[in-house]
Amino acid sequence: MKLLTGIVGAAAVVLMLHHPAYAQRGRGAAATFPTGKPGAPFDPSGYWVSLITNNWRFRMVPPAKGDYAGIPISMAGKKLADAWDPTQDEATGNQCKHYGAASIMYQPTRLHITWQDDNTLRVDTDAGTQTRVFQFPSTGSGQAARAAAPGKRTWQGNSSAVWEARRANNPEASARYLKVTTTNMLAGYLRKNGVPYGESAVLTEYFDLFQERDGTTMMFVTAVVQDPVYLEQRYIVISHFRKEPDGSKWDPTPCSARW
Amino acid sequence: MGSHAVFGEMVNLMRTICAAAIAILIGGYVGLAQVNNEAPEGVELTGNWVSRNNTEFNTNLHRAYDFLGMPLNDAAKAWALSHSEEQASEPERQCAFYTSTYFPFGFAPLPMWKETELRTGSTVAWVVGGWLDVVPMVIWMDGRPHPSAYAPHSAAGFTTGVWENDVLTTYTTHMIANLLHRRGPHSDLATMTLRFSRHADILSLTGRIDDPVYLSEPLYASREWQFSSVPVNRSAVPCNVAYEGVREGTVPHYRPGQNPFVEETTRLWGIPLEAVQGGAETIYPEYRKKLRDKYVRPEKCVSNDVELAAGGCGGPGRLQPVIN
Repeated sequence: MKLLTGIVGAAAVVLMLHHPAYAQRGRGAAATFPTGKPGAPFDPSGYWVSLITNNWRFRMVPPAKGDYAGIPISMAGKKLADAWDPTQDEATGNQCKHYGAASIMYQPTRLHITWQDDNTLRVDTDAGTQTRVFQFPSTGSGQAARAAAPGKRTWQGNSSAVWEARRANNPEASARYLKVTTTNMLAGYLRKNGVPYGESAVLTEYFDLFQERDGTTMMFVTAVVQDPVYLEQRYIVISHFRKEPDGSKWDPTPCSARW
Repeated sequence: MGSHAVFGEMVNLMRTICAAAIAILIGGYVGLAQVNNEAPEGVELTGNWVSRNNTEFNTNLHRAYDFLGMPLNDAAKAWALSHSEEQASEPERQCAFYTSTYFPFGFAPLPMWKETELRTGSTVAWVVGGWLDVVPMVIWMDGRPHPSAYAPHSAAGFTTGVWENDVLTTYTTHMIANLLHRRGPHSDLATMTLRFSRHADILSLTGRIDDPVYLSEPLYASREWQFSSVPVNRSAVPCNVAYEGVREGTVPHYRPGQNPFVEETTRLWGIPLEAVQGGAETIYPEYRKKLRDKYVRPEKCVSNDVELAAGGCGGPGRLQPVIN
């Protein structure tokens, strides 16, 4: 009888381990609401390179003044963009206006992502030598970290992070993606040619990580910019990043207002 | 009953139990695999998805020779130099439809629904609706294998899907040789992986296209879609062949050195030809170092006639809002 119980028990364990929901829980979703590094359903740390296979002409080179194609720019935004003057940006020390949170991930860049601590994910970019900090909640409330005192505005703003459940009605059994919400940014450019976003802009990003059949690890970042002043509607773009084996191609460059 | 007989019965009992356990394991695993092909409760893809077109409107559509960001190999570059857009007007090709590779590039609405087995209600397939010259894509979810490599190919190809971590992941084979989004070539050996990843009312559709004939590395393409409560056109209008200026039996093409559009993108935007031709090297950040001394930023935005008709350089009111 013990033998029978043992075999059936083993079978049950094997079945459970093969079940996607259990497999998912086994990767960290067992807690009511996972958070930070201990609750990570995937590990985004490492070096990543952006693959510029869409919107190439807006991303690899600074486009012509007045080229807003694809951006739901408002009249107020157009007025600012038409007055774009990189010389003035340089003179006022604003060379990094196109390297703020709302546009840095869409640049041709490499990322170096590290866990600063269990609740803080750090993203460095070699383009513009920028640093973003994603703050997870310290407890598993399932909600993004409550914004600390906003403090002084910066190019990268304040970012709160959460592992968001894909299944709205069953979060415990759900797979998750990384959702990052960023506010308190300095006004900057969505495009190198001066298409603006303002200080009231809110950036929401969704990070998906996938394993390809050939073993390649890809990360797709869907970025949603909301700006009630300079955009008529949400601006949404997707960046593609491929994981690199090491940091041998890491090449920090300073911000540039012209290139 | 002797001890040998008792031992024999025990062995038989153990065999029976082991066989049952294995049957449970296999049956259970197969059963769970089928469950895995049902959409996870709470993840809904059914409905109408509208492209936001924040990624360049219909990438590469507006210029006859523009392969920016495409990792084309030398064979594809040679193909591109000889290719004439007028081939689409050949009577033999007018109703040929684009292949499923169109979806991750496309601007057309993306209606999705699932086909179920009537008796059990289990999902047999997801369908991504067609649109005008794009053939619908059927995503088989019932575990059927891909056909033999020698099976007939079609514009839609053969697509299977699975749910991976609550994301619908599809794999397409058996497409006919066709256009890689209207400009570049893909062969009948091309394959495509798509991921339909929903984030609230946004659908991130990301695609990877592999082609051992024309691509030197995988091509990644993506589009952003938004859920819309307004039904979109989900069926293509019947295609009728008409004379569009190309006689039956002729194949418009350019001889070496005679493609009149090769310099157009460089003239418009100052981007050097070596980048316009595409190639794996051009998609990486370090390629900007090579561009820096060759690129000349135009003073103002200009468009060709086709782009002007599609919105040109953009501006307020040019992108239609999506109705939720």
